[in-house]
Amino acid sequence: MAWSDVGLTTLLWVLEILAIAVPVALSVAYITYAERRVIGWVQVRKGCNRVGPHGLLQPLADGLKLFLKETIIPTNSNKLLFVAAPVIALIPALVAFAVVPFGETTFFNVWETTHTMAIADLNVGILYIMAISSLSIYGILIGGWASNSKYALIGAVRATCQMISYEIAMGFALVCVLMLSGSMNLSAIVHAQDGGFWHWYIIPLFPMFLVYFISGCAETGRTPFDLIEGEAELVAGHMVEYSGMWFATFSLAEYGALILISLMTSILFLGGWNAPIPALDFIPGTIWLLAKTSFFIFVFIWIRATFPRYRYDQMMRLGWKVFLPWTLAWIAVLGIFTYTPFLSDIIGYYQPWRP
Amino acid sequence: MLEAGFFYLFAGLAVLSGAGVVLVRNTMYSVLWLIFCFFNSAGLFFLLDAEFIGIVLILIYVGAVMVLFMFVIMMLEVNREKYKEMSLQYLPAGAMIAIILLIEFIGASASGVFNTETIAAVGHLGKDVNNTVEIGKILYTQYLLGFEIAAIILLVALVGAIVLTLRTRKDAKYQNMTKQVKTRREDRVRKVRLES
Amino acid sequence: MQMIKRAFKTWLLWELVIGLSLTGRYMFRKKITVEYPEQRTPLSPRFRGLHALRRYDSGEERCIACKLCEVVCPALAIVIESKERQDGSRRTTRYDIDLTKCIYCGLCQEACPVDAIVETQEFEYATETRDALYYTKEMLLDVGDRLEAQITANLKADERYR
Ligand code: SF4
Ligand code: SF4
Repeated sequence: MAWSDVGLTTLLWVLEILAIAVPVALSVAYITYAERRVIGWVQVRKGCNRVGPHGLLQPLADGLKLFLKETIIPTNSNKLLFVAAPVIALIPALVAFAVVPFGETTFFNVWETTHTMAIADLNVGILYIMAISSLSIYGILIGGWASNSKYALIGAVRATCQMISYEIAMGFALVCVLMLSGSMNLSAIVHAQDGGFWHWYIIPLFPMFLVYFISGCAETGRTPFDLIEGEAELVAGHMVEYSGMWFATFSLAEYGALILISLMTSILFLGGWNAPIPALDFIPGTIWLLAKTSFFIFVFIWIRATFPRYRYDQMMRLGWKVFLPWTLAWIAVLGIFTYTPFLSDIIGYYQPWRP
Repeated sequence: MLEAGFFYLFAGLAVLSGAGVVLVRNTMYSVLWLIFCFFNSAGLFFLLDAEFIGIVLILIYVGAVMVLFMFVIMMLEVNREKYKEMSLQYLPAGAMIAIILLIEFIGASASGVFNTETIAAVGHLGKDVNNTVEIGKILYTQYLLGFEIAAIILLVALVGAIVLTLRTRKDAKYQNMTKQVKTRREDRVRKVRLES
Repeated sequence: MQMIKRAFKTWLLWELVIGLSLTGRYMFRKKITVEYPEQRTPLSPRFRGLHALRRYDSGEERCIACKLCEVVCPALAIVIESKERQDGSRRTTRYDIDLTKCIYCGLCQEACPVDAIVETQEFEYATETRDALYYTKEMLLDVGDRLEAQITANLKADERYR
């Protein structure tokens, strides 16, 4: 390979990465805006509408404010890890987007074959996402420990317990998807749901869809499960000691994870970039995918505006005593359906790997 | 060329971080080095086109096991001074293990299994097959018994841990959530007509 | 039958759906936000804002330096010094209110026998320094001159209930 080729490939990679990282960062900014507006509406308020037209410049103003703020590093903290923790939290949240397929394109008919719009269309895409999102605990754990504060430490411990418990339920929900699609490649999973909403996995896997979505809520520490930062008893959990830019980095990671969960839910259960009715295929797939994702993000915000926070033991109960048996049972049911002669015809409709 | 470069990078970093684990004083840093070491080993697996094993290494070890390690270490109060004295006491045992391992390594590398020719042949066997599917097939057919035994051992360990730590107190009150949710207004509220 | 119904409700998260639909309906309600600089809520005639010292129509200041307000002030925000004027009447030489101490209880207003010290409906007097919130006699008289119309109107509106 000539050096110019290497340069070109690198350039392409950088462009691809930028094409995903920049929109993610921007949408994180505007999700905070949307969140404030929607919660405002639900509470019969107007929400932020002052900075710029309809308050659209608010996220930028907030970002600027956080950026210019002083970062306070506690004297007795472990300085190196204290500073590293938000970055450690942010990296997995962004890296996970590498395998998410945003659609398929022929690049305005320039290419002969369709390409999947993902930085890396890995064979083990689902596993990759699970592995990477399980890493996001470290930022919280290290941050909580390095702050050298009891609130931060307890918050970090809680967050870890919560994430580990819900990751298991989430994993089993994913196994159900695998049993239908027969592949761990995300674009293959989307293709398994080709052709109309009656092919989408939300129909045979509706309970798993709920489990996945709610677990995702718990994974990202969103409201009914945001007891990791319960103000009443923990002030702000692992983020107590953080201020300014580093604090913003934590929330950047949190919202990044929120987008990822919404994207994954649309890809795994709502047919990804497929239109609900084949007749609507003329609208580009990416738009469908983004529309579904935005809907889920909206639902996340809606949920936040509606439900009170779970108590800690109730949350653990939900994860271990409700979701886990429920997902396991569903796996068994799917297995029985797949290998029982008559029933397999029903489920076979959703299983493209069947001969 | 590139591949060899990456191999030396990952392998070197793995060895370095392995050394870091044992040499660093702060236990928290040790754990972080160990995590880094796992990442590099996962990188080595990727170089062998064994992406499934690599990812699972990260998923299980880094994502779950090390978190628990870190958990325990966060809760520990390490007494550095005592620690120094104690470490000498374990020197003979440690040295013995090291020597045995060294002999094993030498024996293994001399046995010819790891010759350059055989390695090169083995190196990219995983390239053309979907190794997730292949591992699944072989695990659930040829090695089913071993797999199930391993699963049962893990289950026993799990149940054992729960049994050891479970304390039920007679006087503790527990919530029965199902019952709470099921309760309707009619079950609790009674309308009484009082004579006035 | 009851059980089946209940099971369905549990699995479909029925109660959560009800909650969501309630908040969903509220999302489209008319908003009650008052967009402050442009819109304002009505203020009561008894609103207790910035202080003012009043004058009679003749231009003579009302305060007779009886110091009742100074005594009654629970926050010790008022400082008064007085002296005999050439014409023999007792007048204040110093009348300061430290607005950083004041708790806007309105007791000074109640105590004043001649309605000299009053609290106006003005509340937008934020300053950049704390010093600027130390109001002297001149400043208070100025406020009184400026807002006399408002003050009389409010006093009149409240008269019936005194
Ligand atoms: S309003 Fe109350 S606190 Fe303020 S100056 Fe008058 S008496 Fe003192
Ligand atoms: S303002 Fe009123 S109460 Fe205070 S000293 Fe003057 S007359 Fe007396």
